[in-house]
Amino acid sequence: MNIAVTGLNATDNPGPGIPVIRSLKDQKKFSGKITGLIYDSLEPGIYMDDMVDNYYLIPYPSSGLDNLLERISYIHKKEKLDLIIPTLDSELYGFVKLQPKLETLGIRTFLPTLEQLNIRGKDKLFDFCKTNNINVPKNILIQSQNDLEKIEKQFKFPVVVKGIFYEAYIAQSFEEVLPYFNKLKSKWGYPIIIQEYIKGDEYNVVALGDGEGGTTGAVAMRKLYITDKGKGWAGITIKEKTLIDMAHQIIEKTKWCSGLELEFMKSKETGEFYLLEINPRLPAWVYLAPQAGQNLPAALVKLAYGKKVNPFTTYEIGKIFVRCSWDLITDIKKFETIATLGEW
Amino acid sequence: MTNYHLQENLAVSDSGFLFHASTGETFTVNETGKTIIKLLQQRKEKEEIFSEIEKEFDIEAGLLEKDYDDFINQLKNFSLIEGI
Repeated sequence: MNIAVTGLNATDNPGPGIPVIRSLKDQKKFSGKITGLIYDSLEPGIYMDDMVDNYYLIPYPSSGLDNLLERISYIHKKEKLDLIIPTLDSELYGFVKLQPKLETLGIRTFLPTLEQLNIRGKDKLFDFCKTNNINVPKNILIQSQNDLEKIEKQFKFPVVVKGIFYEAYIAQSFEEVLPYFNKLKSKWGYPIIIQEYIKGDEYNVVALGDGEGGTTGAVAMRKLYITDKGKGWAGITIKEKTLIDMAHQIIEKTKWCSGLELEFMKSKETGEFYLLEINPRLPAWVYLAPQAGQNLPAALVKLAYGKKVNPFTTYEIGKIFVRCSWDLITDIKKFETIATLGEW
Repeated sequence: MTNYHLQENLAVSDSGFLFHASTGETFTVNETGKTIIKLLQQRKEKEEIFSEIEKEFDIEAGLLEKDYDDFINQLKNFSLIEGI
């Protein structure tokens, strides 16, 4: 079995590729090969020993799906890929659109549909939650400069100003909204999302949907340390039935097919959980799940092969991950080969 | 008089390390705090807790009452106990 994985950018804003690979390699019976699909010859995962068997640079989906398919076809001819696990938000739409063509080549995937991807978009999540009685911060979409006057009428400050794809800022006043609005508009375009600010603590769930409404597994975690980029640098598994029940509900309603990460805020004021985001892929902290008893990446591979997987029902509480920064030393030859030939 | 019981899912180790399994929060308490928490776990009432503390630690009754109330307030602020 040859599994290709993306997202080897194990930086301070880490991709989930390396933790997915570690999870797969933790299986006693795993004897397959791992092919790393990379966007840059300095992705740290390339230089981690014993993680990946070979590497190939691939073009960004934004450069055209035909280019991406052509490159994957080339890699497939050389490596006979059985399965691709894309792990980055920005590439998912491209891989979902390519799914039928990849299947024709004989390459499996286990991905959400375009409809499922759209339901959890930042501009659609509020309606989805309201329809399904899930707590969600109040939220409006700003489609033009004229809509800005709605903010003072409908919100108390502070508010969260969010771009349609990435980035979010907390604005303490209307005057503070404007520079964030202009920055996000020029970077990501409309709509800009204005969201109620919920003061509280952040909780996350990693889960796997089987595509038929069933939840194969779900693990809840509280971030113990958050970087200035808002990334969890340490976290602990917790026992919180409300979060796990919500994960089951969301997967059932969407018939989610793949891994996902749910981001919640527990309000200091009410003690209730509010769903902030549904990220449509396994998160960078997914390696905590197998260590706590639920190997969700390994289960994803089995589901991709059409195998039946017995759902996980428990996990170890109080398991902690702590990320670290570690300099990898390598010879220039590997870097040179990848930079010039695009493969190793 | 209000009695208190510890939140469910609160694990207390022998070293005085508290782990709230629902919230992921962790705390450390000193020997006296650990003893009070263990007694609360056993559903002991305030008088019984005082009696145990006075036996185990060298402390004035007036000071014990004040320190106990402060400690209970801290546990309440962290949502670790509930009044019954």
